[in-house]
Amino acid sequence: MLRLEKRPSPSKAWNFATPIVAVLLTMIAGGILFAILGKNPFEAIKLIFWDPLFSEQFAAYSRPQLLVKAGPLILIAVGLSIGFRAGIWNIGAEGQYIIGALCAAAVALGFYPGEGWYIFPLMIVAGAAGGWAWAMIPAILKTRFNTNEILVSLLLVYVAEKLLAAAATGFMRNPQGAGFPGSRNIHQYAPASNQELIVGTGLHWGVVAAFVAVIFAYILLQRHILGFHVQLAGQAPRAARFAGVAPTRLVLMCMGLSGAFAGMAGMFEVSGPARLISIDFNAGYGFTAIIVAFLGRLHPVGIVLAGLLLALTYIGGELAQFMLNLPAAAIQVFQGMLLFFLLALDVLSNYRILLALPGRNPEAA
Amino acid sequence: MKRRELLATSAAALGLAATAGSRALAQSPLKVGFIYIGPPGDFGWTYAHDQGRLAAQEHFGSAVETFYVDNVPEGPDAERIMTQMALSGADMIFATSFGYGPSLNAAAQRFPQIAFEHAAGYLQEAPNVSLYNARFYEGRAVIGTIAGRMTQSNVIGYIASFPIPEVVMGINAAYIHAKKVNPDVDFRVVWVYSWFDPAQEAAAAEALIEQGADIIMQHTDSTAPLSVCQQRGALAFGQASDMTQFAPDVHLTAILDNWGPYYIERIQQKLDGAWAAENVWLGIPEGEVAFAPFNERIPAEVQAEANAMIEAIRTRSYHPFTGPLNKQDGSAWLAEGEVADDGTLLGMNFYVEGLTGEIPS
Repeated sequence: MLRLEKRPSPSKAWNFATPIVAVLLTMIAGGILFAILGKNPFEAIKLIFWDPLFSEQFAAYSRPQLLVKAGPLILIAVGLSIGFRAGIWNIGAEGQYIIGALCAAAVALGFYPGEGWYIFPLMIVAGAAGGWAWAMIPAILKTRFNTNEILVSLLLVYVAEKLLAAAATGFMRNPQGAGFPGSRNIHQYAPASNQELIVGTGLHWGVVAAFVAVIFAYILLQRHILGFHVQLAGQAPRAARFAGVAPTRLVLMCMGLSGAFAGMAGMFEVSGPARLISIDFNAGYGFTAIIVAFLGRLHPVGIVLAGLLLALTYIGGELAQFMLNLPAAAIQVFQGMLLFFLLALDVLSNYRILLALPGRNPEAA
Repeated sequence: MKRRELLATSAAALGLAATAGSRALAQSPLKVGFIYIGPPGDFGWTYAHDQGRLAAQEHFGSAVETFYVDNVPEGPDAERIMTQMALSGADMIFATSFGYGPSLNAAAQRFPQIAFEHAAGYLQEAPNVSLYNARFYEGRAVIGTIAGRMTQSNVIGYIASFPIPEVVMGINAAYIHAKKVNPDVDFRVVWVYSWFDPAQEAAAAEALIEQGADIIMQHTDSTAPLSVCQQRGALAFGQASDMTQFAPDVHLTAILDNWGPYYIERIQQKLDGAWAAENVWLGIPEGEVAFAPFNERIPAEVQAEANAMIEAIRTRSYHPFTGPLNKQDGSAWLAEGEVADDGTLLGMNFYVEGLTGEIPS
């Protein structure tokens, strides 16, 4: 019955407006959800969006926490966005994040309890290399055997999770941990510790890396021939081939870059906020980063804003949970709505809906 | 007050008691936060803790305000949530999974006036961190006895979560007591590497039944294995709460986690300004480990045998880990009449003699 027809030239204004409209619609629909759950919707929305930033009670702590939470999201999302622009779908950043953290932790634990300025930089290299290598599996399978990188990268997340569990309960287990799973506390091991750079700001090396990545991606996409190839491959694959873009190289480059960024995010997390390798070390950053990338329009600056916004809904969502006794599921639904509205509005701004009457148009049947 | 078994007390807790003493003067209720690893609706571990919270809330009425955050992953999110709870004015925080340890200790160092209670953990890096756990192995010994008596195929399936001492201890306790009443019994263990994963737990139950198991035990929190057992006609035991409704025909009993009394006692101490960090491990004698009503399918003499064991553990005349016991490799562990010490149990990383397979590492 309904048919979507691509608009010849989507409105530029709508392109910028949809994220804002999506947030507003999420607030309205979320408010209705909270009201149905018997909570004051205005208070819930205020707790989620306002209190973490401006309330006297929480803001001093939660504002820096925005950076802590957004840092890995932005770093991963920036890497993913480059591939997504080229039509290369790395869905497995979560796995690359885990492997990056495992490799970095292996370096730290290998040197423990040694001293040396080189341990931390070496961990960054190991983290990036680990994530890169894990992303190379779907990349090479795609270029060699034409497998689907979406499936392979996604399924490798579950493999990585099993490796993580094996590490936490087995080969990386803290020998002084009374048999409990979990590695040594890397955050407490000074040469490997990713500390807050300026106390009270939440700014740690991972946040710095995220912003460097944003600038790097911006320059790559705007100024570099590779960025042009990425855009071309995504928008006009045939034209890209005529222009001499090598699809194999592009796949390896995009997958590798996103994997390395995700691995680095895992490294900064395990040596910083997460403190150690544990069974549940991966908190879904790799998947959430996909939302961040799209919410940010696959644009580096947009991704920064989207990462901060999503971090806000997490931190505010936690506040709303215990201040109003909302279940975690309600907050997850709320975050899901955000993506839903964004994608729905995207469809509407890029396509128009036509009502096709049955019988008249055989295509619509 | 219940008699409590004190494993260790933190010396530095002395100075803290005073801070809460002024509570009686202030009219505002004592605020008690809970951090849950799963949803309260899991009917397992988190459900049992939430029942404990509700019991405490009912007991204290308006003198205490309890609240919780569920589905909190073990890591940086936990630390942030605890900090935000502290900033919102919480006086006491119960974190109910072992993986919260590093986060909880970091938060505790920042908020020395707040009482932090950590379930099933081991880290005490601050004077205001208290540890509590239940002796579930006592319950496993009882259901091991029932399983050993009731199995027809002599194969008992065991769905294990993670290879950690707590779980290994449970497997050993169940096996020792099944073996005692049925020397031919064989245990098959499947590790699912999750505390709560209905799909995986169900698949594990299926696999174990395919391997000939006619009784399934689980150290995971979902009701999925019970549903599978109900369908396939295998017998099963519930975990943490009475799961009869999910498998009315085959649910023999369940080991119940009864946290309410402990929560009430500790909150009362905080109200009185008498709270101090401790490290306690309570079980059947204190009522923290209990049982769901026995299914009538359990023959009367087996019920009597199980009840006798419960009574013996309750009066402390029997310890489930009493020698002679050997380790899996045949080396001696406990001599005749010797009882395992708590330290060994809490770090248990070996199977007892007779169990097949290896603990993954």
